[in-house]
Amino acid sequence: MELLKIEDLTKRFGGLVAVNRFSLSLSQGDLAGLIGPNGAGKTTIFNLITGVYKPTEGKIIFMNKDITQKKPHQITALGIARTFQNIRLFSKLSVLDNVKVAFHLRLRSNIFAAVFDTPGYSKQELEMEAKAEELLKAVGLLELKNERASALPYGHQRKLEIARALATQPKLLLLDEPAAGMNPEETIGLMRFIQKIKEDFDLTILLIEHDMKVVMGICEKITVLDHGSVIARGTPEEIQNNPEVIKAYLGTGGVYARS
Amino acid sequence: MYKKRSFWLTVVAVSLFFLFIYVAQNSLDAYIIRILNVAAIYVILGVSLNLINGFTGQFSLGHAGFMAIGAYASALLYMSPQLKAMNFFIKPLIWPLSEIQMPFFPALLIGGLLAAGAGFLVGAPCLRVKGDYLAIVTYGFSEIIRVLFNNLQSVTNGPLGLKGLPTYTNLWWSWGWAIFTIFFIKRLIDSSYGRALKAIRDDESAAEAMGVNLLYHKTLAFVVGAFFAGIAGGLLGSLVMTIDPNAFNIFLTFQIVLIVLLGGLGSITGTVIMGAAMAFLMELLRAVEVPMNFFGITIPGIPGMRMLIFSIILMIAVLFFRRGIIGDREFSWEGFISFFKGRPSRGREGE
Repeated sequence: MELLKIEDLTKRFGGLVAVNRFSLSLSQGDLAGLIGPNGAGKTTIFNLITGVYKPTEGKIIFMNKDITQKKPHQITALGIARTFQNIRLFSKLSVLDNVKVAFHLRLRSNIFAAVFDTPGYSKQELEMEAKAEELLKAVGLLELKNERASALPYGHQRKLEIARALATQPKLLLLDEPAAGMNPEETIGLMRFIQKIKEDFDLTILLIEHDMKVVMGICEKITVLDHGSVIARGTPEEIQNNPEVIKAYLGTGGVYARS
Repeated sequence: MYKKRSFWLTVVAVSLFFLFIYVAQNSLDAYIIRILNVAAIYVILGVSLNLINGFTGQFSLGHAGFMAIGAYASALLYMSPQLKAMNFFIKPLIWPLSEIQMPFFPALLIGGLLAAGAGFLVGAPCLRVKGDYLAIVTYGFSEIIRVLFNNLQSVTNGPLGLKGLPTYTNLWWSWGWAIFTIFFIKRLIDSSYGRALKAIRDDESAAEAMGVNLLYHKTLAFVVGAFFAGIAGGLLGSLVMTIDPNAFNIFLTFQIVLIVLLGGLGSITGTVIMGAAMAFLMELLRAVEVPMNFFGITIPGIPGMRMLIFSIILMIAVLFFRRGIIGDREFSWEGFISFFKGRPSRGREGE
């Protein structure tokens, strides 16, 4: 089943074309990668999918619904969650509360029920607590639940961000450079972790990554972006041998010699 | 178990407090009672502004405007028709208002609701701007209210103000509302809604990505904050017996911001302490406004010297105590008890 379909997506910032006629199709259960040199427009695409930016042209269809003009919180409610390239936790909230915030959009009580703690609200609050603890257990942060988020070490912050994204109950998870700043050992752990949550939570994952070991290791489909345009698509093997991709990453040695 | 114990301790503490109010209302002298009333009003103002500025992270300078709306609306509703006729001698009060009179409580409530309505009208469009710009826009709103009230002669009596208001405000009303404000806002910020507000404060983009509706929640903070500011305005009007538009100027907002900053952005406990302290400080500092004799040099009394001292306090606070007297920590019974048992307390976020 087709989960996400992006058609001819274009985003211009003034004269700069950040994303140019980008298309992508993801099926339920895919684990796809989006790679490209710095400034290729990868994060812009994430911001377009999640509604942070409005596209100049093009369409984004998620589960047969056009989400192009929707607001970020509506898109999250429909089932797309994300993490950020530079970690963005709620720094003054506890680890547990960071996860609980993500359940707020499913809350069915109004503000008076919450303030006066009606039985209906109380029940939902307890459910939130239990589910949040379950998620923290899944990512191995349960013992740290009362710590401030800003007090966590870097690797744990990454995991908390993923736990928080999972709490919104997504069908599609967008990971923006999950391995950034990790050492090789941590990176291997992360790869296993991503595959595990994909199975456990029945997710479709699209990830941006610079670490080729991660991308080539776990992604089944890869899209390569350069200067806002797609230059290659395919399996890891196809991408590794694609001359266009090699040119985009390494440049061509002969250019100066010839001119 | 802890939750239950804390609940009963709170019930006992609040009962004891009201017992104190009962004794105070009947035995203390009028001057002290008045300061205690002002203290309660400062507490309401501080806590409600802290909801907007400290917990939601939206720097608002509109509190005086919301207060003015609450003060005028409730006064126009609880004043007797005769009193209104006496006040509006230049231009008569417009029709339905000139005939209506209702008891204090519903009048106060309607004042609060109108202020909340203004909070909604201001909040919704204002929240497209952030930071300093929001401060400027909300300050602008507060000034617009002041100028409007100065010129709406047939509704507000213009710069003449309303005089001879009946004094309904006593310690029961003022501290009753103060306790309710603390209860309501404390429960709000500890609820799921409160977590959403604090998430907005910590990181707006991330909050939005987690499904928090920014517009709804920011407006919510403004509406709730403005409601209690309106109530405080109504209580203040009936306490000082006279209101005029120029009483609700930027200096009033400045005082409330001072309470919040000194008490600690994001700490209700600190705001309550500071709000009450501010009422007493304002009275103690009257001493600096009377003429003084220093070793033969006579310093004439300058009205407004108090504000100068407050400015200095604010500067010291900004330089050395940026997080206020207790930061964003809160009072908790667990912390209180372990303090007396000599055990290290966890200190924050407890019931």
